[in-house]
Amino acid sequence: MSADAHASHGHDDAHGRGHDDGRDHGSFKSYMTGFILSVILTAIPFWLVMTGAIENKNWTIAIVVAFAMVQIVVHMIYFLHMNTTSDAGWTMMALIFTVIVVVIALSGSLWVMYHLNVNMMPVHDMRNMP
Amino acid sequence: MSAPIQTISGAAPVFYVVDEHDHPPGGSTMLGFWLYLMSDCLIFAMLFATFGVLGTSYAAGPGPKDLFDLKLVAINTAMLLFSSITYGFAMLEMMKGRVKSTQMWLAITGLFGLAFLCIELYEFHHMIHEGAGPWRSAFLSSFFTLVGTHGLHVTFGIIWLVTLMVQVAKFGLIEANQRRLMCLSMFWHFLDVVWIGVFTFVYLMGVLR
Repeated sequence: MSADAHASHGHDDAHGRGHDDGRDHGSFKSYMTGFILSVILTAIPFWLVMTGAIENKNWTIAIVVAFAMVQIVVHMIYFLHMNTTSDAGWTMMALIFTVIVVVIALSGSLWVMYHLNVNMMPVHDMRNMP
Repeated sequence: MSAPIQTISGAAPVFYVVDEHDHPPGGSTMLGFWLYLMSDCLIFAMLFATFGVLGTSYAAGPGPKDLFDLKLVAINTAMLLFSSITYGFAMLEMMKGRVKSTQMWLAITGLFGLAFLCIELYEFHHMIHEGAGPWRSAFLSSFFTLVGTHGLHVTFGIIWLVTLMVQVAKFGLIEANQRRLMCLSMFWHFLDVVWIGVFTFVYLMGVLR
């Protein structure tokens, strides 16, 4: 994307300038690509929900979520300049770790709490409880 | 890693790092800031999980369909998206070392951020005015916590932005200021990423539900 995105991460003198640590700073073209993509990826879900273009709600939800996932990746690449070479790959490692923790926590909470909700559903008369 | 260790025979090759290599100031700032953002990501993930669990507990109060105005949310999303691209332009100008246009794009970014905040505060005010405050139901508590935390982040982002504009005006685009602007860039774009989750899972799916 940018000309100065070297893959090298050697500890030479210029290290502190932040130009040779594999970090990508983007270009006008990459920012515009990201922007146009995210406008499209935002507009379509809003249009789908506001007009109700698809009858089936579950399909709409699936499409909206899929667009959000793609847009998050687009933002990560074009705006946050994620790549595998920044800081010798440690930013990517931190991101992967966070994604794993987030997925476990989110799916775990929703799963457990959903079943708790379902199984506790009939509201008993609590006055008779000891 | 501390003092060089003497080998028995002076000519023996050294296979380990004898001296700690040079750490220029700010050399690891970006990685550290990224780690902070990841921890912030965990905070938002927990708030999303809370909303996911409580998002349907209306306590016979108003639900998303009664409260959310998708047109307003669309405008809000556009504001944040525009502020993202203008911050990108500020970064490009910074790379070219142009102080004036960097400042101009930063100011435009700040204004978009401010517009976003105003619309969000208007929405909150409207909801509370209608009696749908955070105390009304578990759904509204988790909604206000999640969206409010994001709004607070944007508020602090704007304060940070103004601070950096003063810094740049005073000291120019020195190395430290460039580093700070890059950190804020990551912060700002990160907030936009979180907002994607908010408008998808809270607003769009809330209205669909």
